[in-house]
Amino acid sequence: MNKNSLFKQGLSDGVPIGLGYLSVSIGIGIAAVGGGLNIITAVLMSMTNLTSAGQAAGISLIAAGGAFLEMALVQLVINLRYALMGISLTQRLDPSFTTGKRLFLGAFITDEIFAVASSRESVNVHYMYGLAIVPYIGWAAGTLIGASAGTVLPASVTAALGMAIYGMFVAIFIPAMKKSREVTLAVILAALLSTLFRVVPFFSFISYGFSVIISSIIAAALTAWLTVRRKAA
Amino acid sequence: MKTAMYILIMAVVTYLIRALPFTLCRNKVKSPFLQYFFAYIPYAVLAAMTLPHMLFEGKNPLCAAFALVAAILLALCKRSLITVASGACVAAFVAGLFL
Repeated sequence: MNKNSLFKQGLSDGVPIGLGYLSVSIGIGIAAVGGGLNIITAVLMSMTNLTSAGQAAGISLIAAGGAFLEMALVQLVINLRYALMGISLTQRLDPSFTTGKRLFLGAFITDEIFAVASSRESVNVHYMYGLAIVPYIGWAAGTLIGASAGTVLPASVTAALGMAIYGMFVAIFIPAMKKSREVTLAVILAALLSTLFRVVPFFSFISYGFSVIISSIIAAALTAWLTVRRKAA
Repeated sequence: MKTAMYILIMAVVTYLIRALPFTLCRNKVKSPFLQYFFAYIPYAVLAAMTLPHMLFEGKNPLCAAFALVAAILLALCKRSLITVASGACVAAFVAGLFL
């Protein structure tokens, strides 16, 4: 395929992702305004971050007045999966991916873009350009709509729309739990631990960001250790 | 100003996590423990964020509980991300009308 048709193929593959992002980022925009950001900073955050879980945690942390180091660590842990996706995707890149293009297109690795790109035998830069455009625009536009609407819509509506992003998280981990008992264990452990940190007064010194980090690392490490032991046995 | 600093930190950290391994690494992770750890961590993070947030952050935890149950049921029926996300919103809104 020439670069034009590769680009068009990517563009059309990106449309469903972009539509999904548009609806989810409306929730992010609403959450951002609810967390004290204005419309400009909310959209700026989406245009420079392009990550639902990272931004949702970032907004909570900004609202809570967390430390800068805490913010950096939260983003590091929550977005660690992108490092693995990036490594995995390098196995499929064709020679059109020069170092400069990797540095640029690496910024657009999201769960969905990774999933669609990985389903191809080999990935060309022009395909990747096309694939990234619609989701990127959808993410920024949805944030703009949500942040604007968040200031005029009644609280009952914005509260309900704020559930969108968490609904999407559920839609990501439930199918994975159906496929793997280990993922099920990791999910249940992480959910219980982070809830425990919020409920038990003894743990009240642990902030929101660190409770997410600590519970997910314990849950994933413990499950990984059990898996290694079970496969070895 | 402080908000801009937060956003800058988020953007730089997130960019480096994405772009550096994508640009530099050409080999696969060898350690089985790390392979599993990396495979589980995304789901663990999402779960750690979802349950406490839904139950304790909102004004009405019951609405959030309805949203959570609706999302889980729709996800179990293999609905798309958009359907599950909208289903959670609708459930929370409808529950809010009655509770």
